[in-house]
Formats: sequence, structure tokens, C-alpha cells
Amino acid sequence: MIRRLLPFFAFVALSALLYAGIRLSQERDPNAIPSPLIGKPAPEFALPALHQPDQIVRKSDLLGQPYLLNVFASWCPSCRVEHPVITELSRSGRLKVIGFNYKDQREDALRWLQQFGDPYAQILVDADGRAGIDFGVYGAPESFLIGADGKVLHKHVGPVTPEVIERELLPLLQGSQP
Amino acid sequence: MKRIHWLTALVWLLLVSSKALAIDPLPFKDAAEEDRFRALTSELRCVMCQNQSLADSNAMIAGDLRKEVFALMQAGKTDAEIKDFLTERYTDFVLYDPPLQSKTWLLWFGPVAILLAGVIVVIMIVRRRAAGPDQAPTPSNDEEW
Repeated sequence: MIRRLLPFFAFVALSALLYAGIRLSQERDPNAIPSPLIGKPAPEFALPALHQPDQIVRKSDLLGQPYLLNVFASWCPSCRVEHPVITELSRSGRLKVIGFNYKDQREDALRWLQQFGDPYAQILVDADGRAGIDFGVYGAPESFLIGADGKVLHKHVGPVTPEVIERELLPLLQGSQP
Repeated sequence: MKRIHWLTALVWLLLVSSKALAIDPLPFKDAAEEDRFRALTSELRCVMCQNQSLADSNAMIAGDLRKEVFALMQAGKTDAEIKDFLTERYTDFVLYDPPLQSKTWLLWFGPVAILLAGVIVVIMIVRRRAAGPDQAPTPSNDEEW
């Protein structure tokens, strides 16, 4: 009897495996590379500010307050999609948002911000993408949640949505903020 | 005869162009360095495009990482150091040859386990057939489908 049921059990086991695969890929984007930086200090950087190109912003300048480092570019269509969400987050004052203008032309970035609005407290310019490599950036948009102590708390690949803010970003801040 | 010449020329052209296609020109100092670069970047996986190596990909980040690999080579880093540089930033995802770790056991030994299971099933079937002298039921017409 058991012998006869053996193919059936094999079928059930295979179904369970495939189902688990589907569930896993629903929960998170299987193409997104998890950041090896989570829980570690963010890489050091010294990048010019977009609005004041002769001003260099360093990682140490941004310590003391958690912030969302939002990788964006004028050439990135999904950045436009997340732009209202980022704007809303910044306006609500719940989290400081720093822009990371990735591999962009200065004029294009300024025009883009003029057209859609500038939600960023500060914008860093990574024109050649070198600082982006240190952060493990491989596209835009990407967002890093950085704690007041300069540690990377979270990385989100792809457009930030209100769900991402509520479920992934803000809960992490409650731990680090009094 | 002439046709064969044409064919060889064509094949040769294809081979050469596929090598030359490897995108942005970098100032290699000799062929050995270029070969090393080719070998290394074809072992690294493009972070953007999944099923292409760093050597093959046209993605923007792949071009940047190729430049970075080249710069690290110029700085005298070994292949292992360059791979460490990339895994520190992009995890083991970038390696086509993932290291043996507890979470990659299934990846490394899964195929062997499946092969073994297949061998065991085949042995069982062969044994059973050898033991019972032709126990197979005579197929009736209904079972044809």
C-alpha cells in the first residue's frame, strides 16, 4: 500500500517545494541583492552637494540623526514613480531624506527637481558612480536607511512605497530613536 | 574551394568580433593582463542582469564594475582581493562559483543527492525485474493510453 502511494508522496513533496518557491519570491524580489552592509557602518564618502557644487559633504556631517539616503537620477523612470512617496515622507517630517544623485548630469538633475519638486534636505552628487559602488548600489532607485550613529539599518531596492515606509523603515527607527 | 575560404574567413571574423565586442576599451599594457581581466570578469556575475557575467553585460553598473576591476588590477590587487572587494559590497551574489557554506550545501550537494536517489531507484527497479521472472502484467488494450 505504502509503495503504491510513493509517487503520490513524491508529488506532494514536489508541490510543497514549488509552492515554497512561489511564496518566497512573492515575499521579496528574488532579483534584489541583499545588502551586506546592514548593521555595519555606512561607507565613508565625501561628495559634492548638488546645489552648492563646491561644498563637500562627508558621512560625518550627517551623523546625529537618522536619514534615508535615496539613490535617484533623472534618467530613472521608477524614481519618478516613487517621487511623490519620498516627497510625502520628507514633508511629514518623520524621516530626513537625503538625495544621492547617481550618475547623472547636473543640469538634468536640477531640471528634474524643478519639474517634480525637491523633497531632499540635502543632495549628494555621485557623478561617476564610484561612491555608489561602495554602497553596493547597482541601479536606481535604491534607498538606504542610515541610523543616527551612521550604521546602515536597511536597504530597499526599487521604488519606495507607503507600505515599505510603514512596515520596513519606520519600525526600525523606533529602536534607535528615543 | 573559394567557398571554403569564405567560410573560414567568416568564422574567423565572428570569433574576432565576439572578442572585440567585449565593450569598453581599457588600456591594457599587455595581452597577459587582458587575458587575466577577461578571465576574472567572466567569473563574476553582473549584479543587474542575473544571467550574464560582468564581461558580457552591457548594463551600466557592469561597465562601472569592469572599470573598478581594472583599476584594482592596476593597483596590484590579486584576483582574490578583487573578489573580496566585490563581495563586501554586493555579497556572494557576484560570484559564479559560490563558496561552500552551510547555506549553500543544498546548492553544492543537491544535484549529487538527486543523482544518488535516481541511481537507487534504478537499482531497485532492476533488482525487482531480475528477481521476479516476468511478473509484468500483460498490457490490456485499455492501458494503451
